[in-house]
Amino acid sequence: MNLRLICIAMLAVTLVSIGSPGAVVYAEEGNAANNTLLPVIPMGQGDACVKDTDFMRRNHMELLKHQRDETVLDGVRSEQYSLKECLDCHAVAGSDAKPVTFTDSSHFCRSCHDYAAVSIDCFQCHASRPESGILTDDHQFSGVFPGTAQVNGSE
Amino acid sequence: MSSKVEDKKMTGKPDFDPTRRSFLAAMATAAGVTLAPGVVLYGISKSSSANAAATSDVRWGMLIDLGRCDNGCDDCVSACAKENGLRGFGRPETDAQWIRKVDIKNPETGYSKSLPVMCQHCENPPCVDVCPTGASFKRADGIVLVNKHTCIGCRYCMMACPYKARSFVHETLEDQKPHAPRGKGTVESCTLCVHRIDSDRQPACVEACSDTGGGAMLFGDLNDPESEISKRVASYASQQIRADLGLNPGVRYRNL
Repeated sequence: MNLRLICIAMLAVTLVSIGSPGAVVYAEEGNAANNTLLPVIPMGQGDACVKDTDFMRRNHMELLKHQRDETVLDGVRSEQYSLKECLDCHAVAGSDAKPVTFTDSSHFCRSCHDYAAVSIDCFQCHASRPESGILTDDHQFSGVFPGTAQVNGSE
Repeated sequence: MSSKVEDKKMTGKPDFDPTRRSFLAAMATAAGVTLAPGVVLYGISKSSSANAAATSDVRWGMLIDLGRCDNGCDDCVSACAKENGLRGFGRPETDAQWIRKVDIKNPETGYSKSLPVMCQHCENPPCVDVCPTGASFKRADGIVLVNKHTCIGCRYCMMACPYKARSFVHETLEDQKPHAPRGKGTVESCTLCVHRIDSDRQPACVEACSDTGGGAMLFGDLNDPESEISKRVASYASQQIRADLGLNPGVRYRNL
C-alpha cells in the first residue's frame, strides 16, 4: 500500500516537471508573439484567396495538380489556380526588400510545410518567387551563352 | 533535281502506315458522335485563347528559308535563351541547347551552310515511343513536349532523337521563367514557345528572326490550307531533315 502511494507521488512529480517548463520553452520557439506552437503564416495580398481559407488549407495541392495537368497536357492556361498566381500574392519580402526564395525559412510555403514536415518538389523546377522586379537580362545571361557550340556534318 | 522527284524522296514512307491508325481513330470518333447525338465529346473549335485546350485541327509547323538565313547570325538562338531563361555553365557539351546553329559542309564541292536546328516536332516522334513513363508526349496540335512532372531523367529520348534536339539539366536552377519551368534531373527541348502559341503569339525565335534577322523563319498551321505556311510549302519544294526516317517533322527547310 505504501509502495503504491510512493509510486503515484513520484509519477505525479515527474509529469509536472516534464510538462510545465518544457511546454513554455517549445511555445517560445514556435511563435514568440502568440505563445503558441502554430506556424507563422504570412498574409497574402488582396482581399481574398481564390477559395476560402479552410478549403485552401486542405485542398490547395489538388487545385495545383489539376491545373498543372490541364496546362501541360492540353495547353489550358487559365490563371486562377496557377502556382504563379500563388507566388504573386503570397511572396514574402526578405531583408533586401526582394521576395525570398524557398531556401529561406520565411518563404510562405515553408512556414507551413516545415511545421507539417511535408517536403515538396515544386521548386526544383518552378521559380519560388515572382519574376517581376527580380530578374534582369543581365542576370539571365550571366555565364556562358548556350547554343553556340558548332556541330560539323556533311550534307 | 525536279521537284517531283524531290517530293517523292521527302515523303518516303516507313513500312508502317501511320495514316491507317488515324483513319481508325477518325472512324471511332465518328461512331461515338453518331451514337450520342447532342453530346459534345471534344471541342471542335481551334485553340485560340489561353483557356481553350489544344486540338488536333491544328498542326503547328515551321518553314525555314535558308536562302535568307545568314551563316553568322544567331538571333534565333539568343532570343530562345532569353525567352526561356536558359543559362550556360561554361560546359558547352552539357549546357542546355533548345536551338542551335549547325554548320554543314559538302566535302565534294566545299559548299557550307549554317542552319538553325531545334526539336523538329515530328508527327511520329521516336522520343515519345521510347519514353518509359509517358513524360515525353505529343500535344494534340502536334507540339512535342516533356512533362517534367513525370520525367525520371533516364534520357532514353535523348538517345532516340535523330536531331540531338534534347538536353538534360545537370545543375540546380533558381529563378526560372514562370512559363518555362525547368529543373535538375529532367530532359527538356524546344517547346515551340508553347506558352506564346497558347496566347496567339509567335515563337520567340521566329519573332527575333523577322525583327533583327533575315526573316527566314515562318511559323503557322500546316493543317489550314489558307495559312501562309501551307501556301508556301505547296508552291515550292521544301525539305525535312532526315526525311528518310519517316518521322514527318513539322519543321521544314527551303534551300538546304
